[in-house]
Amino acid sequence: MTKIQHFLKHNIVGVVTVVSLFLLFFVLPSIFSGSDLLLNVNRLMIILVGLTYIIYKYMMFRQNYPNFKFAESTTLVNVLGSVIAIVIGLIFGLILMFFVSPANAMPGFFTILKGGFNNLKSLGNMIYFSVPIILTGLSVAFAFRTGLFNIGATGQLTMGAFAAVFIGVRGGFLGDIHPLLHWGVAVLGAGIAGGIWGAIPGILKAYRNVNEVVASIMLNYVAMYLNTILITTYIYNVDYARALDIERTSATPTFNLDLLFPTSSVNGGIVVAVIIVIILYVILNKTTFGYELKAVGFNRDASKYAGMNAKRNIVYSMMISGAVAGIAGAMMFLVVGKHLKPENILLQEGFTGIAISLLGLSNPIGVLLAGLFYGSLQQGGYYMQLYDFKPEIIDIIIAVIIYASALALFLQTFVIRRLKAREMTIDAKKVVEQEKEGDK
Amino acid sequence: MNYIIEMLNITKEFPGIKANDNVTLQLKKGEIHALLGENGAGKSTLMSVLFGLYQPEEGIIKVRGEEVAITNPNDANDLGIGMVHQHFKLVHNFTVAENIVLGYEDTKYGFLEYRDAIKKIKSLSEQYKLKVDVNSLISEISVGMQQRVEILKMLYRDAEILIFDEPTAVLTPQEIEELMHIMRDMTKEGKSIVLITHKLNEIKQVADRCSVLRKGKYIGTVDVANTTVDKMAEMMVGREVSFKVDKEKAKPSDVVLTVDHLSVFNQRINKDVVKDVSFEVKKGEILCIAGIEGNGQTQLIEAITGLTQSSNGRVVLNNQDLSNQSIRDRNVAGVSHIPEDRHKHGLVLDYTLEENLILQSYFTEKFQKNGFLKFDAIHTHAENLIDSFDIRSGKGPSTIARSMSGGNQQKVIVAREIDRDTDLLIAVQPTRGLDVGAIEYIHKQLIAQRDAGKAVLLISLELDEVMNVSDRIIVMYEGETVGEFDPEHVTENELGLYMAGSKRSDH
Repeated sequence: MTKIQHFLKHNIVGVVTVVSLFLLFFVLPSIFSGSDLLLNVNRLMIILVGLTYIIYKYMMFRQNYPNFKFAESTTLVNVLGSVIAIVIGLIFGLILMFFVSPANAMPGFFTILKGGFNNLKSLGNMIYFSVPIILTGLSVAFAFRTGLFNIGATGQLTMGAFAAVFIGVRGGFLGDIHPLLHWGVAVLGAGIAGGIWGAIPGILKAYRNVNEVVASIMLNYVAMYLNTILITTYIYNVDYARALDIERTSATPTFNLDLLFPTSSVNGGIVVAVIIVIILYVILNKTTFGYELKAVGFNRDASKYAGMNAKRNIVYSMMISGAVAGIAGAMMFLVVGKHLKPENILLQEGFTGIAISLLGLSNPIGVLLAGLFYGSLQQGGYYMQLYDFKPEIIDIIIAVIIYASALALFLQTFVIRRLKAREMTIDAKKVVEQEKEGDK
Repeated sequence: MNYIIEMLNITKEFPGIKANDNVTLQLKKGEIHALLGENGAGKSTLMSVLFGLYQPEEGIIKVRGEEVAITNPNDANDLGIGMVHQHFKLVHNFTVAENIVLGYEDTKYGFLEYRDAIKKIKSLSEQYKLKVDVNSLISEISVGMQQRVEILKMLYRDAEILIFDEPTAVLTPQEIEELMHIMRDMTKEGKSIVLITHKLNEIKQVADRCSVLRKGKYIGTVDVANTTVDKMAEMMVGREVSFKVDKEKAKPSDVVLTVDHLSVFNQRINKDVVKDVSFEVKKGEILCIAGIEGNGQTQLIEAITGLTQSSNGRVVLNNQDLSNQSIRDRNVAGVSHIPEDRHKHGLVLDYTLEENLILQSYFTEKFQKNGFLKFDAIHTHAENLIDSFDIRSGKGPSTIARSMSGGNQQKVIVAREIDRDTDLLIAVQPTRGLDVGAIEYIHKQLIAQRDAGKAVLLISLELDEVMNVSDRIIVMYEGETVGEFDPEHVTENELGLYMAGSKRSDH
């Protein structure tokens, strides 16, 4: 009990923020739902609470580390690299738009910048579309942090999607008990299916030293064709050549988010994504399990020397990565009106995840932001049609951003070179001072 | 005076630190001039300035009496300056001749033409008694011969001034002897040599004069013949250094580690790399396994620590058979291991200092609860060890290990392994690449552990270390133990013969 009190005492601002955001997002909108004015007040409050918390965190940080130099922070340098990549991509897009239609270039460009923040509907859609991207991004990022390159997110996503839809179609009896149970089991099933699919290249890598890139990319195709067989065998709607409709109970609940973003397709998927961000962040940064996983990723020999079971960790890592990708599949297809189809096409979201992971610097929170940014651009592309541009211009911009972030290493050295000189000075001075003290 | 190279009042600054502060180096024609200093004293910077890799802020360089501006390594080559690097820059799947001419190839109608080149190499190799086989591949010849190739490479380019960077680090005592001869022969032929080193015995043996640097500052130049080794060491370190490691006679008691007919089979080369090795290590003694690199010591230690599977035999620690235990079980049972390669095994370079200090103990109650790391405990632990082992770094416990100096990285490992307080401490080349001060420190730690009743197993390639630190010596050659000695009753030369495989005793 005292421990909880202790925690509350020291994190009071954080706890208040989380509780009030929870109320503002999921509880109050349903009370205010009759009045536009109250809903707008509610939205304003969300922004205010969020901003207050960020400012508070920043001030606490300054207070705790008064001598912190931003130039010394490698994280900041990395973030700058991503930002530069984004700027390069946008500039490239602008140049392209000038070639296509000079008159509309500038207004079109501002539409892209505005992106999902155009209106409440586009904001809701941006959140909705970014969920699977965030999740596949997290999947790739988690594996990457542990030294593995999971290109198989697409396959794991496909397997997860099938498991979710199968349970969604056939698991009606669960919905009779409680609608959330049906949905929960479907998501869990997707996680397990994706996890198994991810574990296969993990096992091959750990015990037979098969490159996980090759194994997972080939399993993408296996998953694709297997999916076709499974759909046509078990849950086929012959009339429309697609999977049967899922039961309404298994659709992802909206948790009242539809009230905040009316007429948009937003659902509770973002809640799942945020929870997984938190879980992965905690695993990687706070647990012995994460300590082992990262050690294996950074230096397999040293982890072996320290007695860690590198093989087991590789399998676990791929399994978790696959499970997250599987849940991405559930989020895509546990939606009324969306259908899994027996088409021989690899689902694009898995590959986009690689790009998002890169842009988000393989950091769970970074991936969340990068995924939302991607969603925003997508919405911007949608509105571009007002200016006679094809929405595909967004794909080009994103492609350039990805190229640029793949060159992040180069960009970072560019940034580092500017900052490093100062950092070295500081470090060297410290060591020299220490040695002077040592000599005394 | 007839100086071939004069570097006068060189100052080279890096942001925040003066790597060379008013340093002067004068090289006479036909002499061997040693450049002495600890790691980070500014030797490499000075040579990089001479090589045109850095431009000095102040000071001038004169070659053959004329002031020159060396702006890149090509200028240095044109002036006849050549460098034999510590880590050879050779292409392993090229032949000796191909490596020597690399970058200076003759061509005829666009095709490579080796005939004249080989003739020149052969005459050079006779002139300087540098025996090489021009047609063998680099990957097939010994390290000593690779070094000769490096030297020939410089001579082939008509270098007048040769810089040797730590040339003896990788050689056997006999090869070192040979190299010394070669260097003297070269000076007789009119070449001038700069020898970068921190091994004082070699300077005493071969050099004419010696310039000393300390923390970027020029300390002085002495005539080697009139200066004692102790005096040079004092100039280098800035205080008196004891080479004789002070230690009492060992008082061995109970057996801690028993290695019983241990063999390790290597599938790739299809032979036993460790053959039927047996020995015991007792509490309160330092057993040293001496031998030239690559004679099975690495595999022997890997078999004891569990990194490699043994094909035969047993490893017993305190009456507990470890032969089939996992690495973690062996570590927990009481094996501390300072590994040979600190970057490959000893550290996770991208982890912070404090994270590296718990690499062997993160799973214990002290540092985790229910799978969650206790960051406060980890931090305090790091601060304590930094304090007691005097580990220096830019940002304390949160310094990334990669950014630390080699000596301090090694201290991190030593601190971690000693702190675990196990019965057996295995130290594999614990002083490799460290400077005199750090070596002295690590030797003291090993002896302190011995005196505290630990069993210490030391693997070393340095004969000085073997002779000074150990209480008992076993020599390994081609995977077998070829002799056991008491350091009081054996000479370095004798050990050298056993290490080179020309003598063996059946015991």
